Amino acid sequence: MATLRPVTIDDALAALAAGPGKLLAGGTDVYAAAGPRLAGPVVDLSRVAGLSTIEAGADGWRIGAGVTWSALRAAPLPSAFDALKAAAAEVGSVQIQNRATLAGNLCNASPAADGVPALLALNAAVEVAAAGRRRRLPLADFILGPRRTALQPGEMVTAILVPPQPEGAAAVFHKLGARHYLVISIAMVAVMLAAEGGRITDARIAVGACSPVAMRLAGLEAKLVGAPLELAAACAEADDLVPLSPIDDVRATASYRREAALVLVRRALAEAAGRLAP
Amino acid sequence: MSLTADTRAETPRATLLAGDDDTLILNGASVALDARDGERLSDALRRLGALDVKVGCNAGDCGACTVLLDGDPVCACLVGATQADGRTVTTLTGLLGDPAVQRLADAFHRLNAAQCGICTPGMMVSAAALLARTKTPTEAEVKDALGGVLCRCTGYRAIIDAVMGALRPSPAEDSVGAAVPRIDGRAKVTGAERFGDDVAPAGALALRVVRSPFARAAVTLGELAAFAATTPGVTTVLTAADIPGANRFGVIPAFADQPVFAAGETRHRGEAVAAIVGEADAIAALDLSAVPIAFTALPAAMTPEEAADAPPLHEGRPGNLMCEGRVVRGDAAAALARAAVTATGRFRSPFVEHAYIEPEAGYAALVDGTLEVHASTQAPIMDRDSLAEILDLAPDKVRIVPTACGGGFGSKLDLSIQPFLALAALVTGRPVRAAYSRAESMQSTTKRHPSDITLTVGATADGTLCGFDFAGTFDTGAYASWGPTVANRVPVHASGPYSIADYRATSRAVHTNNPPAGAFRGFGVPQSAIAQEVLFDDLALALGMDRLAFRRRNALTNGAPTVCGQVFAQGVGIGACLDALAPHWARATAEAEAAQAGTVKRGVGIAAGWYGCGNTSMPNPSTIRAGVRADGTIVLHQGAVDIGQGSNTVIAQIFATTLGVPLAAVEIVGPDTAVTPDAGKTSASRQTFVSGNAARLTALTLRAAILRLANAGEDAVIDTADGLAVVDQGRRQVVDLSGRLGDYALEAAETYDPPTAPLDENGQGAPYAVYGYAAHMVELTVDTELGTVRLLKVTAAHDVGRAINPVLVEGQIAGGIAQGAGMALMEEYIPGRTENLHDYLIPTIGDIPPIQSLIVEEADAHGPFGAKGLGEHALIPTAPAILGAIRHATGARLTEVPATPARVLAAISPAAKATP
Repeated sequence: MATLRPVTIDDALAALAAGPGKLLAGGTDVYAAAGPRLAGPVVDLSRVAGLSTIEAGADGWRIGAGVTWSALRAAPLPSAFDALKAAAAEVGSVQIQNRATLAGNLCNASPAADGVPALLALNAAVEVAAAGRRRRLPLADFILGPRRTALQPGEMVTAILVPPQPEGAAAVFHKLGARHYLVISIAMVAVMLAAEGGRITDARIAVGACSPVAMRLAGLEAKLVGAPLELAAACAEADDLVPLSPIDDVRATASYRREAALVLVRRALAEAAGRLAP
Repeated sequence: MSLTADTRAETPRATLLAGDDDTLILNGASVALDARDGERLSDALRRLGALDVKVGCNAGDCGACTVLLDGDPVCACLVGATQADGRTVTTLTGLLGDPAVQRLADAFHRLNAAQCGICTPGMMVSAAALLARTKTPTEAEVKDALGGVLCRCTGYRAIIDAVMGALRPSPAEDSVGAAVPRIDGRAKVTGAERFGDDVAPAGALALRVVRSPFARAAVTLGELAAFAATTPGVTTVLTAADIPGANRFGVIPAFADQPVFAAGETRHRGEAVAAIVGEADAIAALDLSAVPIAFTALPAAMTPEEAADAPPLHEGRPGNLMCEGRVVRGDAAAALARAAVTATGRFRSPFVEHAYIEPEAGYAALVDGTLEVHASTQAPIMDRDSLAEILDLAPDKVRIVPTACGGGFGSKLDLSIQPFLALAALVTGRPVRAAYSRAESMQSTTKRHPSDITLTVGATADGTLCGFDFAGTFDTGAYASWGPTVANRVPVHASGPYSIADYRATSRAVHTNNPPAGAFRGFGVPQSAIAQEVLFDDLALALGMDRLAFRRRNALTNGAPTVCGQVFAQGVGIGACLDALAPHWARATAEAEAAQAGTVKRGVGIAAGWYGCGNTSMPNPSTIRAGVRADGTIVLHQGAVDIGQGSNTVIAQIFATTLGVPLAAVEIVGPDTAVTPDAGKTSASRQTFVSGNAARLTALTLRAAILRLANAGEDAVIDTADGLAVVDQGRRQVVDLSGRLGDYALEAAETYDPPTAPLDENGQGAPYAVYGYAAHMVELTVDTELGTVRLLKVTAAHDVGRAINPVLVEGQIAGGIAQGAGMALMEEYIPGRTENLHDYLIPTIGDIPPIQSLIVEEADAHGPFGAKGLGEHALIPTAPAILGAIRHATGARLTEVPATPARVLAAISPAAKATP
């Protein structure tokens, strides 16, 4: 069966409504998992007009489903996006960043997806459409587990939505792998802090590759709000990472992940707090 | 407000099917795509003739297929062909007109930034995109831009230098000792080089292999003939029943045990049971799970421990013990009993994958009754003889024409894809092509042997080694391959390049249901060197001795016996290597001591290695042929396969210098079993030494013949400026070659076989005519909270006897170090789990630090111009030097590689972490 190449969202949704089709955008996950040829049916979204823009408005930012990591890195965005931009620079390689989309990273639903911690820290939501209907879900409700999302048959992601962010927030991303470049994370952390008068007013911490889906550390966030910046790193304790459920795999042991995640959280907090220090 | 331009906005068109009218601009020309369903852009580009686009993984893990899509680097393997409709695609070929890229190509060539050349187009396209943005990139920018392209040969540093605009002037001379750019290098930096998957004729049939999904499985073949008859485009399905000769091969005839197709039962995951042959498009699109072959998992032995009690994989090998090796000299137990200090440990290492960027590929065809196989290989004559037995043909009815080899490192010594191609061509009568996927390359070809080594060493109070007791078990996998060689080499080499009077080393190679372990740069010696060098650090620490001084004190010397009782009167260069490191060691240890604050600790490590060049106590000849055509052209038939290390250049330099002509005056005919004699396999660090000697002898004979024809004296000069002339005592005389019959007016062929002597039952004898020596010093930091290691610098002293070509010597050193660093820090092949290049990690451009090569030339009496081998030596000391440096930095004594962050952190004691 041939590849369908819609040029409007309505056509794309009509194609999906007509029957199951593998969604193809940047292709970096889809082709990586394919044999010599990509078996159809395929709906190629890369020509759909309007998917590749980042738009800013009163209710935040709308990152189209076709926006690549390279496009995100190049976009003028406020400091709250620094962690996401840092993550963008660590997705695979330049070759991958030039093709891979943020939306695809979410749809692939890898526990080690580079983009998820920073988007969780931005309180991002996912806009999903099917023929004749649209819905939006918080990111945490979109990714259900390893390789599992809330996408129903006939649905596709049309955008990632980021609500307004605190002015001057500091956002930091740390990725830990066994080599430089082209590496799947052992653990990663995204932190966003905002402060006023030397005290933390908003704290968001998300850890990736240490649970089936990257997750926020709500307990630690609650502890941090109100704390002085210079104590940010010290606030993080091993108990705060109890919600994580790391596993042993070829990259590291579970116990190592737990230990390393705490180090990464502390370092990211220290770095973010340092940026906010008066 | 829109923050980005919508680069994909275009004139709306109706929803399209992938159409026949798709076009792209390829290197400036409009080209009809004619895309197949689901085709990758990389495959489409190659189908359209852009063979400079290389395919290494089809997963975006290696970057070899990097092209510019509307000016941006992308992996063409991850782009749908139809996604390029209406867009601009530029490959290396399309960039060569740019003066900046011409300069880049020149720098790649001169700096030896392209060794095998398979990654070079991807590297250069990535670099060209960077240079289009900035003419003077920083090292960090180069790494960011090239971090997505893997190289397994160079160690990346030459590539970084080339992109940053470093220039190395061409040497004025091209004789032995001159750093001549490789003579076959230009094709590598222009994308013109042709590798295994680049040479099949148009219209060739294609082939894919059906493999076992289980380590051990019962195989039930269904109605394969009916499948072939009813599946469009499928010509035939081949199985064991189709093999006319022996369904058995192996690199060591006495141990030949590997079937082309498993019959009845498979012995490892990924083992072949059938090959589907047909039209190329149909084969590419075929769903292999539709082939009626059923596999039933059977209990499998996955470790030597499990194998000891498991049913034998092969008849006549009870307990799954394939073979043993042993070297005993003096009385190790007594020496250890009287030693002032002893150290002991158990050391383990996993399967290591060669991970050359070129998967196995080639084609076969019947040409005038001769079966030709054009494929990537390290051993053409061995391939020919094995295929003749498999196909029941006379050896002269099989012709092996090696293509350029995109990396081998030992694994392409064994047959892999060739029997399938050859059989398919024989059965169908048509040319048949194939290329392994990355997964099947990793599943089915040989690996470095996993090792489990127990070692105890002792020393007297003054730091003299006193007793060495080594026992190693090696998982040789399902088939013998080079396992016997590993089992034999390890006890001979496990001492390292040191004097040890009382020595006992035994080895066992055990079959399991793992992939066959075979030859990989060092044949087991890198594994044993880890155990030996870590324990030498133990002894030095226990005695309070400097680690370099301890090694220097015990280094082998001229006139002292090796552990095999072999005494070299000359040429033992390990002392000189350690001495060359001494000033660097003093600097590095002082700098490390001064930099111990904070959580990131700095350390320095040192290790040495040696390696015997050529086969162990076995005949190992090379023959080189040369001739002079009637028009005076000098032709060198050079059958040593250049797998990127540079033997084409080195052997030609030896030949030209000996003959007394410029290198440029020599025309090369490469390996081809029909026209070039046997220069042996490219392994065991033997080509410079053995084939180099054969080239030297051939040149001497040819020179004598030329001078005789001119009645000239021995000191006469051969002049190739205009035809062939001889200048003797100021008199120039054209050599008259007319009236002579045959291809050549003059011809010579000489053979060299290194002098060795058999080993007795205690491993005493003369296993090699010459060893090469090396010592590496590694500086690194360890993050003591995360266990991550960052290499800062490697200083590598190598005794190569004589550097025939220093730029190629440095290339071998840097490449070996990169592989050693991978083995030390990240590489672990797990069947069924790391069968790709994102779960199996090799170093990237971001992982290899600056490398300083110290070339030591302790000439050897047997070597051509004094030269020794180098290929394996460069890898052996690296991993133990890294482990030593980690320990120096943190106190963590690691006994298992890879030293992943988790392992390093676990080995760092809580006390060490707390040190401010």
